[in-house]
This record gives sequence, structure tokens and C-alpha cells, in this order.
Amino acid sequence: MTDVQKPPMRDWETDFDHTHADYADRAPEIWDHLRAKCPVAHTDRFGGAWLPTRHEDVAAIAHDTEHFTSESVIVSDFRPEGLAPAGFAPPITSDPPFHGKARRLLLPAFSPKVIDRWEPATRETCRQLLDAVVEAAGGDGGVVDAAALYSQNIPVRIIAKMLGVPEEDGDRFRLFIHRILEAPGSGLAADLEYEDTLDYYLHKVVDDHRENPRDDLVGFLLDAEMDGEPLTGDHIGGTIALLLIAGIDTTWSAIGASLWHLAQHPDDRRRLVEEPKVLTFAVEEFLRFYAPVTMARLVAEEVEVGGECMQPRDWVLLPFPSANRDPEAFDHADEFVIDRARNRHVAFGLGIHRCIGSNLARLELTVAIDEWMRRIPDFELSDPEAVRWSTGQVRGPRELPIRVLRTQEVSA
Amino acid sequence: MRIVLDNEKCQGHGRCYSLAADVFDSDDEGYALLKVTGEVPPELEEQARLAADNCPEYAIEIQP
Repeated sequence: MTDVQKPPMRDWETDFDHTHADYADRAPEIWDHLRAKCPVAHTDRFGGAWLPTRHEDVAAIAHDTEHFTSESVIVSDFRPEGLAPAGFAPPITSDPPFHGKARRLLLPAFSPKVIDRWEPATRETCRQLLDAVVEAAGGDGGVVDAAALYSQNIPVRIIAKMLGVPEEDGDRFRLFIHRILEAPGSGLAADLEYEDTLDYYLHKVVDDHRENPRDDLVGFLLDAEMDGEPLTGDHIGGTIALLLIAGIDTTWSAIGASLWHLAQHPDDRRRLVEEPKVLTFAVEEFLRFYAPVTMARLVAEEVEVGGECMQPRDWVLLPFPSANRDPEAFDHADEFVIDRARNRHVAFGLGIHRCIGSNLARLELTVAIDEWMRRIPDFELSDPEAVRWSTGQVRGPRELPIRVLRTQEVSA
Repeated sequence: MRIVLDNEKCQGHGRCYSLAADVFDSDDEGYALLKVTGEVPPELEEQARLAADNCPEYAIEIQP
């Protein structure tokens, strides 16, 4: 990787760097600090970027598609020009009115009733992975990396099945994701062979589906129409890229963070085992407290947010996890309440760009935790210091050493 | 108790129909549909309140 050396950070208020290892380690603490001291932080890095941390400001920006554009949603040194209204990966990078049409054609494929059909495959995937986890632990007391052996594999396998690409391509997806989300800009490095790029991969997937048409998401996109015309090649490739990138490390992060929490909270584990009905609420509280995704916008027209004047082409981060911990918006915002009954969390964003895969993410998270708890009801962190959190705009544990304390057989 | 859904505000988060399946349904695109019109039957009031309290877009209003 070509991660460049950056100057040291002065402070979080005026010089923040969300790609710094400190941010990965203690983002919730940093958001709490900023929300109280400097609710709209700024940095000159990345050519100028803002970090609002209050629910109110994050919600206002997410709902304002006039002053903010989604032309790019990943903050990096590279600022795209001239990609509106479609952007690189429609519809997440699209603005109205193009956005509405590009989103509408995808929505039926991600509706809850369609997504629910993937529950048996998700359960089967989790059970297979858990067999491998238990085997790797080699008995009670054994240690496994729950990120490498469990959480990171679930969304990869399901999205591969949905798209109709080989599951073995999963390692490649994770490399693309690292370049785009965790080390933004490194994917542009000139030293990459074309065969190693996402662009090459997308063309290969589309060509394969054109030669062998089949009933999966890629086939659906090849048949789809917008304004009575087939989608352009760029639109199809961009949407596949979106489904690959947005659908994988986000959910993997949520599953990992939930296991990280449960490993440290025996009372919450016991509650899930004794009262299975609590899981519905627990999943939403995991999503609130450990929301993995921070989105971003570019300022389209000068606008004031929280007393700060933002200029056209400034970056603006939308840290939904920080909004979820704002005491103005949530009772006992800093406490994890496993059966929280009032929970308007914004883990999936707000407004017209609400995560299109939210039903899939919720299914995967629910099944992943349910199956883990049935098979491994007791576990703990074997070395809390060894847990490594990702940097950038998607936050979750990338290394998660867990000591398995008790396992049980699961009857189907 | 009456319940009102603001379709302009609904973005299809799906919290209402997962928590209150007797009060809300989903359309083919995942947006919420109200299954009750006018008065909420007493046995569904708790579900209705739960749906309103969990809508991220504040699209559901309960009127006493």
C-alpha cells in the first residue's frame, strides 16, 4: 500500500484526521468531546473538510440535497469533478432528480419481503463458519480471531450469492474495499496492474453475465431500464461496485462490534440467551451504539451549519454514529441499553440516501448474533489491547481475538 | 388513539413494520403502509406507539 506520511495532528477541533489510527481507536470519545466543545469541527486536510457531531446538524445536512451534493461520499485528497448527477456509484453518489430514478429501480430488489428469502442461506453460512470457529478454538478456552473467521465472511458470501459471482472472490473484494474506504486514494496508485483493479473486475463480471445470462442481481441490472432505456455500462458497473463495497465491510463491522460488546458484557449475553425476544431490540441498539458508517457530502452552495459557514467544494463528513450518541437526541445516550424501546437511531442514514441495503444488513446482523449465541453462549476478549479497529469512514474491529469459554451443539 | 403516517417523510427504514407488523406493512419498495385507518384498536396501541417512537424520520404521529 502507498499510505503517505502525514504531518502530526494538532487537535481534533481544527486539524482532525479521521484516517488516523487514534481516530480508529477512540472515535466515540472524540465525538463526545467535539459535540460538547466544538460541534462542527474543521480541518485543512483533504483540501478542507468539516466534521459535525450533533444529531441535529447531521440530520439537517442529510436532508438538504440543495446545498450538499453526493458527487463523492468518501473524503480523500482526491476531489472529483464533473461526475454529477450520477456519480461513480449510483445511486449513492447521485443527486436528484437522477438519484430518484436510479434508486427506484433498485428498491424492489432490496425490499424486506425479497431480502427475507435470504435468511436460510444466511443461517447456513453462519453455521458453517461457526463450525470452523469452534474447530479453530480446539475446545473451551481456545482463542480465535472472530473477525477473520466469522464476521468478515458473512456479508461477502451473501452478496456474492446475490450478485452471482464466485464466493472465492471475497478476498479480492476486501482488497478493493481497503483501497477505497480505509486507505482512500491508494487505489489510484499508478503501480497497480490493471488486472488487479476493481474496474477490471467489474468488466469481467458484466461480460460473464452477458455471455451466460442468469437470474441474480447483475442479471437484474443488465435487464433494468431507466427512462425506457437500458442502463449505461458505467451505471451498471458503478452500481455493482456500490453493492460490493457498501454491502460488505459495513455489516462486517457491525457484526464484529456487536461481538466485541457481548464479549465484555456477560449480563447482555445472559439476557439474549434467556429472552430470545430481546434480540430484535438488541440489534437496533447494536446499530445505534456501534453504527459503522460515516457518510460524506461535498458542499454545493454556500451554507451555514451550526454557526459555521461552509464553502462550495468543502467536504462534510456525516458521522451517523456520533449523531446516535447525542444526548440531545437519545436518553442515556452513552449507555448501551439492550432492550431500548425508544430508538430512532440513524445507523442507516437519513433522507433520500437511506441505506438501500438496510434490510439485508439487519438480517445478516440478526442471524449472525443469533447463531453465534446459540453455538458459543460464553466468550470473552482474550487480549483487549490486540483488538484493532479500522480507520476511515467505516468503523469496526478488523482483528478480534476472542476466547471461547463454552460451546454447545445446535439442533437445526 | 389515532395514528398518522407522513408518506413524504417516510424513507423506508422499515422500523415500523418490523416492530408493529399488525399496524404497518411494507410496499414493494420498502416504504411503510398503514394497515389501520382512523382509530387504532386498543390492543394495537402499544405497537403503534413503539412504531412512532422508533421512526428515525419522525414520520409517524400519534394523536390522542
